[in-house]
Amino acid sequence: MAKISEYNAESGITVRSARDGDLPRIIGLDGLISGITKPEYWEESFRRFGGTQSGRHFLVAEKDGYIAGFIVGEIRAWEFGSPPGGWVFSLTVDPDTRLGGVATIMFDTICRCFKQAGVDKVHTMIDRDNITVMSFFRSQGMMAGSSIPLEMDLSDLEEIA
Amino acid sequence: MKLQRSSRLALYSVLELASRPDEQLSASDIAAKFDVSLNHLAKVLRDLGRARMVEAVRGAGGGYRFCGNVRRTTLKDVVEVFEPITLHDAGGFEPGDKTEFGASLAVVLGEIDDIALATLDSITLETMLKLTNRVQKQTALKSGLKSG
Repeated sequence: MAKISEYNAESGITVRSARDGDLPRIIGLDGLISGITKPEYWEESFRRFGGTQSGRHFLVAEKDGYIAGFIVGEIRAWEFGSPPGGWVFSLTVDPDTRLGGVATIMFDTICRCFKQAGVDKVHTMIDRDNITVMSFFRSQGMMAGSSIPLEMDLSDLEEIA
Repeated sequence: MKLQRSSRLALYSVLELASRPDEQLSASDIAAKFDVSLNHLAKVLRDLGRARMVEAVRGAGGGYRFCGNVRRTTLKDVVEVFEPITLHDAGGFEPGDKTEFGASLAVVLGEIDDIALATLDSITLETMLKLTNRVQKQTALKSGLKSG
């Protein structure tokens, strides 16, 4: 799969495949937003999704030589029983550039990549307390899917058994 | 989930006004479109005015217009003017609530409330207007296919 590099003339933003040298900025940006710095996680994510393997995308949005955000996703087949579809795992935008269309351009790019690969649905999962990001995905047309995430504390296991 | 009539009418009114930002609409125009009494609508518009979501423009050609931010105002913001959204424990204790089954039922109802709240809080008026356009296009496409 070819590396991606698309320039949006209206916004001056380039969406391109992430490179090794982008990692410190990606780790820093995620740390800023999430409050937890996790270099090992992002190094592993970059190793898995930043290559040229078909259907995997680790994209950054660059403006004036500055990384304003990143998005990560891949095509997965029969994930939780769903037919092949695109999954967006991570979407982060520098708070200083929010409302500048960065997330929209990145999301649009990854959706087109998924579509070109032949899938017709994109999925994501978001904490219901993360209203900012949920609002963004909804503004792009995403609706609740048919899957409902379930979880439990493993400390409850003994009581249930 | 069922919204109270005032909440639904408020949502219809702000969406109608927000979809036509360059116009002022009379209360009777809005009442006619949604087939509700002018009295009821006037009360709803008054509450929306107090919440600074709509404003009345007086004089010739006057009427109501949306004065909030369509990218910021959410469905939750509008509904909360008229009713509490967290419903299951809003009315105080009901018989049985303090039993073991009442406690576990409260956990399930709380889960439903949390999802409803997150849904209403994450959908802005702008998103609703986009959804409205999409639904209209899909409906037109379906009716075109049927007649074609």
